[in-house]
Amino acid sequence: MSKTRVVITGLGATTPLGGDVASSWEGLLAGRSGARRLTDDWVQNLAVQIAAPVVVEPTEVIERVKARRLDRNAQLAVVAAREAWADSGLEGSGLDKERLGVAVASGIGGLHTTLANYDALQNNPRRVSPLAIPMLMPNSSAAYVSLEFGAKAGVHTPVSACASGNEAIALGLDQIRLGRADVVLAGGTEGAIMALPLAAFSQMMALSKRNDEPERASRPWDADRDGFLLGEGAGILVLESYEHAKARGAKIYAEIAGAGISADGHDIAQPDPTGSGARRAMERALSEGDLTPADIKHINAHATSTPQGDIAESLAIRLALGKAADDAVATAPKSMIGHLLGAAGAVESIATVLALHQRVVPPTINVDKLDDQIELDVATEQRKLADGDLAALNNSFGFGGHNAAIAFKTV
Amino acid sequence: MASTEEIRSDLAEIVNEIAGIPVEDVQLDKSFTDDLDVDSLSMVEVVVAAEEKFDVKIPDDEVKNLKTVGDAVAFIERAQNG
Repeated sequence: MSKTRVVITGLGATTPLGGDVASSWEGLLAGRSGARRLTDDWVQNLAVQIAAPVVVEPTEVIERVKARRLDRNAQLAVVAAREAWADSGLEGSGLDKERLGVAVASGIGGLHTTLANYDALQNNPRRVSPLAIPMLMPNSSAAYVSLEFGAKAGVHTPVSACASGNEAIALGLDQIRLGRADVVLAGGTEGAIMALPLAAFSQMMALSKRNDEPERASRPWDADRDGFLLGEGAGILVLESYEHAKARGAKIYAEIAGAGISADGHDIAQPDPTGSGARRAMERALSEGDLTPADIKHINAHATSTPQGDIAESLAIRLALGKAADDAVATAPKSMIGHLLGAAGAVESIATVLALHQRVVPPTINVDKLDDQIELDVATEQRKLADGDLAALNNSFGFGGHNAAIAFKTV
Repeated sequence: MASTEEIRSDLAEIVNEIAGIPVEDVQLDKSFTDDLDVDSLSMVEVVVAAEEKFDVKIPDDEVKNLKTVGDAVAFIERAQNG
């Protein structure tokens, strides 16, 4: 049985480089860093005082009364979803809302709400918001996105730490291929630049401590990398069956060829140093997409800038693609936007889709000296992609040993 | 002691802040649910904010009797005078 073709017909994002897709993409192509030193009072006694916050506050975009009912996670998701929806041209197209699904992931959930209400509780239990639960629950962002457009097919929230965004896209793909929906708003959101996550990731020795040069902190593949930079934002893609998109004359950015999901079965936080789990995710994405390693001309790597993770992924890519890895231009957007946790896979899928659509790969910044254990063709400047049919992989891996790779191809 | 109009006006600010209802719509004869579309969870927030603003206690049992803005203003007046 042939698989239902699924294409991307709309994109939306809010990131540390811009409040929409166009400005974020422009920032990536220009090699701009979204990192900065935090100046808030709460940051003063933390070991890590740098992050990559969004440049447009979601409360400036969302109506005031609605915004106060949404956790920051959901605010960011709604901003990105509105852009993706408008971009898709689905509004007023007569789409049957019972065929519209949602898959919006978050790594952490409504932590702002959790912490704020815990503070309120200490003061006076009656000050706990009656909306605390609907705001802090992990599915809140997916639910609010569904409410925004009246989506009545399945509404899902995959939670797999930093693989969540890609897993949401994989789940959206499945929903369409299983015939459960014609269109799925899929992606991820995360707004967790707060003292607790910064302190906790720092205690795991996962974060860069380059407080004095924030723009140089995130340096995937560089020999002097010392951890990741915490970012925030959201990315939403409109996934649509090719048939449905074609029938309404929609513009098509790219096709999702396949998704590959695997688990390391190794450790709760450390990546498997043999790269075997990540390798299997990429191989499954290729196999599901009927692609060969030679089709892959671009890899948007997970590459968070941690010492072990970047090496394990490089090894996994060599294992999955073999010699063909030499012809796949690799880039690491986290060098500019930091690590968006549950939104990372979604925002970087948007970058991958645009790279295929515009045939240009954004640079990886801060690679002063490529780590000699990294065997990839790293784009340190913008790189053109060839004409003709080509495919790309976007990798996302998460604490817990989750691996999610998505294979996209030109249409 | 605050006048009926002062209480109504302050309450209108609270309802506006929480539910986004224009302050001029929050009049004594208006029903919170039927006229102003304040849902039950927003009403909980309005009650807590009103308790703090007017320094009164509004027991949970009492909230169901506060159907209109006028009911709420009258309750607050009685509570402040009591």
